[in-house]
Amino acid sequence: MGKTLYEKIWEKHLVVDKPGAVTVIYVDRHLVHEVTSPQAFEGLRLNGQKVRRPDKTVATMDHSIPTQNRHLPIADPIAAEQVETLKRNCRENDIKLFDLSNPAQGIIHVIAPEQGYIMPGMVVVCGDSHTATHGAFGALAFGIGTSEVEHVFATQTLQQYRSKTMRVHFDGDLPETSTAKDMTLAVIGKIGTAGGNGHVIEYTGDAVKRLSMEGRMTLCNMAIESGARAGMVAPDETTFAYLKGRVNMPTGDQWEQAVASWKRLVSDFDATYDENIVITTKDVVPQVTWGTSPGQVTGIDQNVPSPDDFENAGDKESCRKALSYMGLEGGTPMSEIVIDHVFIGSCTNSRIEDLRAAAQLADGKKVSDSVTAIVVPGSGIIKEQAEKEGLDQIFIKAGFQWREPGCSMCLAMNDDVLRPGDRCASTSNRNFEGRQGKGSRTHLLSPEMATAAAIEGKLVDVRNWL
Amino acid sequence: MEPLTVHEGIAALLDRTNVDTDQIIPKQFLKKVSRTGYGIHLFHDWRFLENGSDNPDFELNNPAFKGASILVAGDNFGCGSSREHAPWSILDYGFRVVVSTSFADIFYSNCFKNGILPVVVSAPDLAKLMSEIRENEGVPFKVDLAEQQLTTPAGTVITFVVDDFRRECLLSGLDDIAWTLQHESAIGDFEQKQQDTDPWLWSV
Repeated sequence: MGKTLYEKIWEKHLVVDKPGAVTVIYVDRHLVHEVTSPQAFEGLRLNGQKVRRPDKTVATMDHSIPTQNRHLPIADPIAAEQVETLKRNCRENDIKLFDLSNPAQGIIHVIAPEQGYIMPGMVVVCGDSHTATHGAFGALAFGIGTSEVEHVFATQTLQQYRSKTMRVHFDGDLPETSTAKDMTLAVIGKIGTAGGNGHVIEYTGDAVKRLSMEGRMTLCNMAIESGARAGMVAPDETTFAYLKGRVNMPTGDQWEQAVASWKRLVSDFDATYDENIVITTKDVVPQVTWGTSPGQVTGIDQNVPSPDDFENAGDKESCRKALSYMGLEGGTPMSEIVIDHVFIGSCTNSRIEDLRAAAQLADGKKVSDSVTAIVVPGSGIIKEQAEKEGLDQIFIKAGFQWREPGCSMCLAMNDDVLRPGDRCASTSNRNFEGRQGKGSRTHLLSPEMATAAAIEGKLVDVRNWL
Repeated sequence: MEPLTVHEGIAALLDRTNVDTDQIIPKQFLKKVSRTGYGIHLFHDWRFLENGSDNPDFELNNPAFKGASILVAGDNFGCGSSREHAPWSILDYGFRVVVSTSFADIFYSNCFKNGILPVVVSAPDLAKLMSEIRENEGVPFKVDLAEQQLTTPAGTVITFVVDDFRRECLLSGLDDIAWTLQHESAIGDFEQKQQDTDPWLWSV
């Protein structure tokens, strides 16, 4: 019987695989940021250990840093200490750090592929659930806790249990007015936020093949929101074209040798998956969340659901609680929801393609007077590229704020925080209660939909608006 | 890590589904560089009112659940981020056992690294446990990890399953890094072999 992509990578990374014990797998790339690493470094220090493979480790600060006034010291003393701690830990352990003074600094999941640290077939981990992003390259990439971060530091391996496999097949073509964000939200809407628990998802189908690497990263980024350990896409010519010539990529004969090996990273025709999900891609309209979990999502042409629309008691209660928190009434058309904030950014949607799509719609228009809108590029390289293309000027003229790279309002650990009752159209990945600030309300959507919402001051169906 | 063998304690009821890590510990408390002291922030946004006083409507503020060490919650507990601050806050608050029908993968794994036992039970069993707590708030449950059994004073006995390796680690309080380092030569052998088969992974 054939093997799936996941099984091929898993089997190639077994270090200890004995019956009755946990499996130990090797880690090819360890990404590190300031929030989930300090306790792991401290643990190492207490045990008198050093990082085993600094050459396979790369770090940046992205979660708690400001996105404006970078010339000033970080105002929050606790955040400042966390950032300083990362600097010291990286220095002491010889780890490459993209700090705030580095022009390539940015969100870890944006800069790692940008700097060529991610290759097909790798096992990639980070103390961050959105590590799933790197599955876009045909890598096995997943988030880990801080104890596991310490384990990787000390051993360059992880104790892991083999996951089950799930194929999510996109059947048919994606409507031109829909995006990778709509595809990934549609999957979560279909299988729910626990639907992927215990599984690694492989996304397949022509619509996936046609996505750019940026689109594939958006797709895989939110695999975790369905509970999946990881999401992945088999590498192909699009992948190789993105990687070729990047810093840290092999060159010459070694590049050819690598590509030949990467081409074998596809699921065999006779491989079987534990679960099979099919999405009818032509039906994927622009998606928007209405509730407090990414699974509480619907098409922009639909109405906010009511508890009565759900069959089981738990879902009814979740709907009731979500509507109460979100200040929404069942039956309201999604396109009538008035918003006052827009956030374009995050490891889900802050790449150059996202900014181009948003700028194209914003060009010559004005952000509604009732809306505060910010654009936070995913990295310094993206910011520079956008400025070269004049996208920053389009945004600024339209009334968007143009910020420095970081996680920003995706989780509001820095000072980009919403107030209670604020309602934000956000290109990020989580709409949990309080995610963007205590009492704030989040609607997840694509960069195109967010831009249109900023200009109209309410959610709009971008298909009628284009 | 403190071993867990047999644990008996008050069971608190949190009848909510999809309790996410942002609720377990909101992000404003993730800036510390220590592992301890997160218990006072557990469920912060639900637990406290604007003025900082206890929210009387929040389940765990029920006086009957004071000192509880077993948390019984709805489906898909711990979804969301990988932050280990979530289990740290749960442990620091005083919980050693969390019972639900399902847990998010990363949270589940994080629990074992911190001496917390996540117990997966069926939906009917969870309903039974929840109704026992409702009928007798402050009721203690007993969890025996070696026997993989949860028992209640009403006589309910629920058998659960924990992977053998994880069970042994929790029973003995084993350090997982020390365990893996017993295989250090296997790690070295793997690295040597990979440099031959996939040299591009070693060119950076």
